[in-house]
Amino acid sequence: MIQIKDLHKSYHMGTNSLHVLKGINFNVKEGELVSIMGSSGSGKSTLLNILGMLDEADSGKYILDNVPIKNLNEKIAAKYRNDFLGFIFQSFNLINYKSALDNVSMPLYYKGVKRKERTEKAMHYLEKVGLAQWSHHLPSELSGGQKQRVAIARALASDPKVLLADEPTGALDTKTSYEVMELIQGINDEGKTILVVTHEDDIAHMTKRIVNLKDGLIIDDSPVQQVRASLHV
Amino acid sequence: MFDLERWQEIFETLSKNKLRTFLTGLSVASGIFILVILLGFSKGIENGVKSQFESDATNRIAIWTGVTTKEYKGLNPGRYIQLKNSSFDGVVNKYDDFLEYRTKDYPIWGANVTYKNETGNYRVRGTLPDNQFIENADIGSGRFINHSDVERSKKVAVIGNKLKTDLFKDEDPINKNLQVYGMNFKVIGVFFDPGGDREEGQVYIPVSTAQKIFNAGENIRNMAFTVKMADNFDEAVIQSNAISEGIEQHLKEMHVVAPDDVSAVRVYNTLEEAEQIYSLIATIRAVFWFVGIGTIIAGIVGVGNIMLIIVKERTKEIGIRKALGALPMSIVGMILQESVFVTMFAGLFGLIFGLGLLELAGPYIQNDFIKYPQVDFNIALTTVFLLVFAGALAGFVPAYRAAMIKPIDALRDE
Ligand SMILES: Nc1ncnc2c1ncn2[C@@H]1O[C@H](COP(=O)(O)OP(=O)(O)O)[C@@H](O)[C@H]1O
Ligand SMILES: [Mg+2]
Repeated sequence: MIQIKDLHKSYHMGTNSLHVLKGINFNVKEGELVSIMGSSGSGKSTLLNILGMLDEADSGKYILDNVPIKNLNEKIAAKYRNDFLGFIFQSFNLINYKSALDNVSMPLYYKGVKRKERTEKAMHYLEKVGLAQWSHHLPSELSGGQKQRVAIARALASDPKVLLADEPTGALDTKTSYEVMELIQGINDEGKTILVVTHEDDIAHMTKRIVNLKDGLIIDDSPVQQVRASLHV
Repeated sequence: MFDLERWQEIFETLSKNKLRTFLTGLSVASGIFILVILLGFSKGIENGVKSQFESDATNRIAIWTGVTTKEYKGLNPGRYIQLKNSSFDGVVNKYDDFLEYRTKDYPIWGANVTYKNETGNYRVRGTLPDNQFIENADIGSGRFINHSDVERSKKVAVIGNKLKTDLFKDEDPINKNLQVYGMNFKVIGVFFDPGGDREEGQVYIPVSTAQKIFNAGENIRNMAFTVKMADNFDEAVIQSNAISEGIEQHLKEMHVVAPDDVSAVRVYNTLEEAEQIYSLIATIRAVFWFVGIGTIIAGIVGVGNIMLIIVKERTKEIGIRKALGALPMSIVGMILQESVFVTMFAGLFGLIFGLGLLELAGPYIQNDFIKYPQVDFNIALTTVFLLVFAGALAGFVPAYRAAMIKPIDALRDE
């Protein structure tokens, strides 16, 4: 599903430049649930943003679902984001003046789905994350866990090939974190490919494979015995 | 352009961001409102000044005839050129659109006028109703000659104030009969004239009556016109010269006079005094244009600023929308469509509000210097479109920039 080869990325600030990714190589197959670990500042988000086409790499190869991702113009990038990718952010990134339902409908609106169908689909995914009764609430009326579940529903709405989650539990307490992980595991069980960035060990162990990042390189990449979040809830 | 889904999205955004929508709308609406009121009052002041000074600014054309000095088409010099009713009608027909007031006169100098035991020699002048305005005669009591007096050749007289004092002393002359060469004329009005005693020692009677009682037939002695006010002095000069020359030529042809014969047909036009008034009006206009354009520029800057703030405020939302698959152009389109909709709606609202207020309050604001405040609807509407366009343009640049930055940078914005 994902193949990257010798990926480099530097940030330039004035005369300083910071080499964040120094040649990343790894592959993700369909249906995997992978966590990317590493200390703060190790380049986890940078890597995920490049995978999500929210940012561009300086050099290296990236193939997503057999499509080489390079020199994309904004139009094609927008289409790929819409078709291939679903994002889950640490800070949720919901549109604050739109209801839960409208937030979930958003990717479908940009897909060109008609209003009625959009609402039906969005409602289906809200049910899936257990928030059907909250569909008309604004994000400000929801708890952190609920917001993250709306974000997950939104990420699923356009039925993407890959879900990318950057510290999805970073802003949540332990109990809520496990509930969110349970949801993510459930989605993976249905076959969706998911990448989760985290710096928490317990969260990483709820995935099936841990990629360890240090100083811009992968220092370890190994499968793990998945801990079911449901056991902790 | 008309995409229902898109409009729904925009209405939702607008209605869910009521405060922002309201404040944007308010600033646009109040800008247009102020501009409309401003334009209205500038027009009102212009009207006021015009009506105050219009009589001084009048461009007057007077036509007299004399004796020919040149042989022309086999006719000898020394011929007296007699103006007729038809000469007057010809000129009026040809220049009607440019003329404001028109008169043809048949005066008699030193006519004997008597009331009871008082008698004297005065100028008795047959004339038309318009002459009241051409001569700036102010009616003190009664009225001036009207069309029906002329049509029926009535024996009615409007007397100058000096003549009234001479003959009537303290008596009220209205509806009394005085005699001109022994013929009874009913006095219908008394007038004052800025020209003083010389002018106020006159009797105006209908021209048709004068022609009858003095056996003049179709003859008239002179005619006078005023030309409608032009937009500015230069135009007034051009117009006035064109009309004077036109009239002269017309009359010379009609009466078979050599084109270069200067004494047979004489056309005088007075315009000098008008220059000051025209320049006063031009100054007033310039001041209001200046203020008006200043207001529009301030409005454009204001709208531009609002757009800048709105885009800045929505940078993160733009990042989210892009992460979800929005095309850059759909982001730009969304922001512009919203801004155009709000500024257009608010602008028209301010326009209607301003026009409504002028319409309602205008009639009550009538003093010497402000009259009929009014706004040219097209100018006001153009201003609205200008603001809308400027708002869109001012919004386009930041919207485009925001839409083109990497989604991750937009998302990082707080
Ligand atoms: N836009 C940016 N400009 C400059 N430096 C950045 C930018 N984004 C991240 N960095 C730097 O790159 C390094 C890696 O960042 P990041 O990928 O966010 O790490 P992580 O998510 O692993 O904590 C950090 O040192 C961070 O300060
Ligand atoms: Mg990070």
